[in-house]
Amino acid sequence: MSYVSVKSLSRVFDVSKPWLNRMIERLPRAHLKAVSDVSFDIDARKVYALVGESGSGKSTIGKMVVGLLQPSQGTVEIGGVDLKNETDAEKVDKTRSDIQMIFQDPYASLNPRWRVAQIIEEPVTARGGDANGLAERLLEQVGLSALDARKFPHEFSGGQRQRICIARALASNPKMIVCDEPTSALDVSVQAQVLNLMKDLQEDLGLTYLFVSHDLTVVQHMADTVGVLYLGRLVEEAPRDALFGAPKHPYTQMLLDAAPKLDGFGREVPPPQGEIPDPINPPSGCAFHPRCPRAVARCKAELPEMRRIGETRVACHLAE
Amino acid sequence: MTDPVLSVRNLSVEIPTRAGILKPVDGVSYDIAKGEILGVVGESGAGKSMAGNAIIGLLTRPAHISGGEVWLNGNRIDTLEPEMLRRMRGKEIGMVFQDPLTSLNPLLPIGDQLTETILEHLPVTKAEAEARALKGLEEVGIPAAAQRMGSYPHEFSGGMRQRVVIALALCAEPSLIIADEPTTALDVSVQAQIVALLKKLCREKGTAVMLVTHDMGVIAEASDRVAVMYAGRLAELGPVRDVLTHPMHPYTHGLMGSTPLASKGLARLNQIPGSMPRLGALPDGCAFNPRCPKADAKCRANPAPVMNERASCWHPMIPGQTS
Repeated sequence: MSYVSVKSLSRVFDVSKPWLNRMIERLPRAHLKAVSDVSFDIDARKVYALVGESGSGKSTIGKMVVGLLQPSQGTVEIGGVDLKNETDAEKVDKTRSDIQMIFQDPYASLNPRWRVAQIIEEPVTARGGDANGLAERLLEQVGLSALDARKFPHEFSGGQRQRICIARALASNPKMIVCDEPTSALDVSVQAQVLNLMKDLQEDLGLTYLFVSHDLTVVQHMADTVGVLYLGRLVEEAPRDALFGAPKHPYTQMLLDAAPKLDGFGREVPPPQGEIPDPINPPSGCAFHPRCPRAVARCKAELPEMRRIGETRVACHLAE
Repeated sequence: MTDPVLSVRNLSVEIPTRAGILKPVDGVSYDIAKGEILGVVGESGAGKSMAGNAIIGLLTRPAHISGGEVWLNGNRIDTLEPEMLRRMRGKEIGMVFQDPLTSLNPLLPIGDQLTETILEHLPVTKAEAEARALKGLEEVGIPAAAQRMGSYPHEFSGGMRQRVVIALALCAEPSLIIADEPTTALDVSVQAQIVALLKKLCREKGTAVMLVTHDMGVIAEASDRVAVMYAGRLAELGPVRDVLTHPMHPYTHGLMGSTPLASKGLARLNQIPGSMPRLGALPDGCAFNPRCPKADAKCRANPAPVMNERASCWHPMIPGQTS
């Protein structure tokens, strides 16, 4: 039974210029489809990773799952509750406290004027709960000292701040945490510490993670299932080993080839062609066709459907 | 071996502050030969960019070079007058920075920026300079280069901008390029393009490259030798294959273990405890000793030794031995 169920999720942003500019320059309204028709399920106690390059819509999906952004179309169900359409306030409240988020930048996501204890207890006190001693206990759980509760965020390093963010996310005893690039602002050795901590917590507390990242190595280390996004669409989804071992979509193959390898001494491979197209005017048919080495006429004309091949779901006409 | 293009001897940088003198770079030495790519790797605060800035004389006050020598093609450059240094930058040393948008003038078409640089450094006419600029853009793979000469930086994507910056760095045919995190702001697929481009151009022109980055994968693929920095000092310096597969310094060893790629299939990463000390609070002895699994009384009492063979460590790991 899946814990999170995302069904044909879409999100459109209006990126038009201001009214006066549009009138003078005779421009139409511009819409950016950040996420188009994305569906996936996350099983309880599993790590689902969304990976993609900039502009692929991975963070937008993460924000829609926690409810920070409203979907333009489609639904997100968490534990059977659709937050957008559910009318029972108590159920909504309960589900909201079951789902927490960790952000990319630990410098921007902690209030500099609040003490650490106040920051960590906020998810509980905001709902009128009793947070006595909670901050101290959580700080020790994430590898900091209980004495740190009295300090301010500026007294901590990047890695320690990210631990505070994790402690805050754990405060309301959540079932699921959405992690948006939780380690991309951190150095390698600190990243290793934070990833280990997140893995330990996941096992100890039975957490479900939606892990958003652009870093394939981190995703390979953390995820059970991986979804690859390109220009707002899910192009491939597979269990980790299937995806990294036998990628089916040409884009996934390109990403894996392009990622620098630690044992790739003097590796000479032809780098991928082209760049991500403009999301306001995406290419027709399969959005990847201008860069795809295998593209045929059909790819230009027809949007590929998501198909199931073995354990993999892939949106490509040619995959087999 | 031929004379190195760049030779850095015992370079130190100091920043006097109210709390005392900070040493972001402390006794660093390395050479870069013609056509060689030296990777400089380290975590934030290791002093890798600071060393690069010191070499090209771009330190901002109160930071200053407090010791050591920098030689470029047999000439000492750390003692040059600012005006001489300015002429040398761009001509002898090209630079590529992390964010291509901040290294380009937003108000000038890229063709003008290239032409201006070439005219400043090379004895050519305006028409020749323009022809060279166009050739430079073609070399770095800008499509329809002749038409793009008149485009402004904002009309390019991030990857294309970085190509323009590389063309700009190479246009006066320098003997050394310092690339400070050139691909950090770019996506994986574009990063691969830029790394391949840097490698190709430097091989063709025999330019020496100092590639500063925190990404071990990029280092492995691009560089010939690698210098690992920790807290302002060189921890390890050697051929990239040896250093990455058989690290001798415990820090390099920990860094490799921390990288998810290297420990593929492991449930836990091999983390290094703690974090890099702040410059104002460096521990006594070897700067790495509080985090080092092999540290003993000797490491706590004495600063790390000068390079023995490859690593600056009292207890280097011998390849083949497990720690």
